[in-house]
Amino acid sequence: MNFWFELLQNILQIAISPTTAAFVLAAIGLNVHFGFTGLMNMGQAGFMLVGAYGFGVSVSYFGLGFWAAIAVAVGAAVVFAIILGIPTLKLRGDYLAIVTIAAAEVIRMVVKLAVLQDITGGPSGIPGNKYRPVFTELSPLPDGKTTILGITYANTGVDDWWTRIVAWGLVALFLLITWLLIRSPWGRVLKGIREDEDAVRSLGKSSYAYKLQALILGGIMGAFGGVVMALPAAMQPDSMGRPMTFNLWMIVLLGGAATIFGPLLGSILFFVVRLLLTSLAGEFIPSSLLNTQQTEQLAWVLIGLALILLVVFRPQGVLGNKKELSFNV
Amino acid sequence: MSDAAVRSNAHIEGYPYDREALRAELRTLDQVPGVAKRDPILTVDRIERRFGGMTAVNVAHLEVPRGAITALIGPNGAGKTTFFNLITGFDQPSNGQKLIGGGDARWSFNGKDLRRTGASQAARAGMVRTFQLTKALSRMTVLENMLIGANNQPGENIFVGLIPPLWKARERENVERAKDLLARFKLDAKINDMAGDLSGGQKKLLEMARALMSNPAMIMLDEPMAGVNPALTQSLLDHIQALRDDGTTVLFVEHDMHMVRHISDWVVVMAQGEVIAEGLPEEVMTSQAVVDAYLGAHHDKDLGDDDALNTGFMRAIATEIADEVEEETR
Repeated sequence: MNFWFELLQNILQIAISPTTAAFVLAAIGLNVHFGFTGLMNMGQAGFMLVGAYGFGVSVSYFGLGFWAAIAVAVGAAVVFAIILGIPTLKLRGDYLAIVTIAAAEVIRMVVKLAVLQDITGGPSGIPGNKYRPVFTELSPLPDGKTTILGITYANTGVDDWWTRIVAWGLVALFLLITWLLIRSPWGRVLKGIREDEDAVRSLGKSSYAYKLQALILGGIMGAFGGVVMALPAAMQPDSMGRPMTFNLWMIVLLGGAATIFGPLLGSILFFVVRLLLTSLAGEFIPSSLLNTQQTEQLAWVLIGLALILLVVFRPQGVLGNKKELSFNV
Repeated sequence: MSDAAVRSNAHIEGYPYDREALRAELRTLDQVPGVAKRDPILTVDRIERRFGGMTAVNVAHLEVPRGAITALIGPNGAGKTTFFNLITGFDQPSNGQKLIGGGDARWSFNGKDLRRTGASQAARAGMVRTFQLTKALSRMTVLENMLIGANNQPGENIFVGLIPPLWKARERENVERAKDLLARFKLDAKINDMAGDLSGGQKKLLEMARALMSNPAMIMLDEPMAGVNPALTQSLLDHIQALRDDGTTVLFVEHDMHMVRHISDWVVVMAQGEVIAEGLPEEVMTSQAVVDAYLGAHHDKDLGDDDALNTGFMRAIATEIADEVEEETR
């Protein structure tokens, strides 16, 4: 009985963790790119890096305040999107995929450079205590700890309620923005571009401008994801590499591309299912048969298997509308 | 359904609403390629498109009369669709103006110079086209397809789109207009279906209706009849003529000669990228140049017959071609 209770608590903990929120934010951005506009962005992790380092370096190296640093992070994502978009958005979708994956890697390599050790911290990144204070000092919460549903965190601190409130508040805000935009005529044009760019151009809409706007919007969301990812921990270049991008893709496809809540559900499933698998395996399968490290790997294998089954039997994802979007973009 | 709502084109000053008068006027023109019209809506000068060594389009001068239904005909590979693409900004002429320097191709629509504009700007200038292979937005509903055709929706700006009160009123007007147009094209029962589920002919109709959402000054139809159920052909022809009567100039590419003869006021014939003839439908189609272009000047000779295809005959063809070239360069 105790095991189940603990499991439930762990699930709740991971479901509301800032890391999950960071994945949701970046996945919402990716969903704007791929689900609604049909842009094959294979470098969403690059946007996260640009956002995280834009924020972290502004604070730790240039000594900027919180809001100025956020503005730098957003500005960096916009510039990154424009640099990527201008040469590639006039070409076919595949080019964007290649360029984004390369650009994300370039960003990661650059922040890892030993030459930039003083600014970006090189391969070890920036420790959280160098930039977190500007965020924690904004907290209106009183000192002390709070327990909700059996989960206890400090109100304000390293891994705290304040970060969770802000992270999930951002998720709510971005969900609201996507919901409003996708129902608007602007969102309709995006869907039109996803369906047939030439048709939309023949009707007098500049598909190029719309695609660039979508790339920027989704990129900004990714940048916020990067900031949220870095806030409770440290900033590390390798935590936002290619695996991050692929996991985000998995989340979007799992939850349902071109749906509002798909990225949210996808992220939570992505973390919770893995936790469930490892916990259950740890409890019921003797460690002589499968040790902790192996269960972790097995969980990934099963996630991969689930994705294959999903593609075959439910290509529109959990929430998707089959008529609207399957994997055939 | 209310016809008044569909015909929301206000009375246009100088538009030849009287079709008989327009035809009488066209009848007085010289029937030669590049002849000047009294009131051209589209004027094209020296537009050229080469693919490698092949010249797909090379039009020296062409004027499309305002208010007329103009047919663009020609055998396969004559460059009709490429010409459409060039005019509407989907393709750039080889002698087009570049950022620095460039060629002397020029064309203007409704008094607006279009040399340096992309496809979307050409459409906003009032020249909306359809495609030979229909481009319905498959995974969107028929209504959404229609609404995307309107170009007066402020909510298509990302910031305005965030605030529904700023665009809802226009949206309601557009939905009304879309419903009227769909009723006119007998698609009103399909309004909430996915466009991808329509039949081929219905997609053609949808594409045409969608193009009309923005009240274009000229609509360019690329093979509107291909794939349309013959029973629907007559009503489609009526729609096209009604469009003209309401103030939209029509330019269309078509292979169906019956349709061309039936509804067009003026016919332009292209072959091998050039305009080889222009004139009234009843006359141009019987002209020698057109018959040659479609059937070949030696269509009554069996070129597979070795006896017929002797050296003498081939020399005769060669001289003939040389003469023609000389004639053209003169």
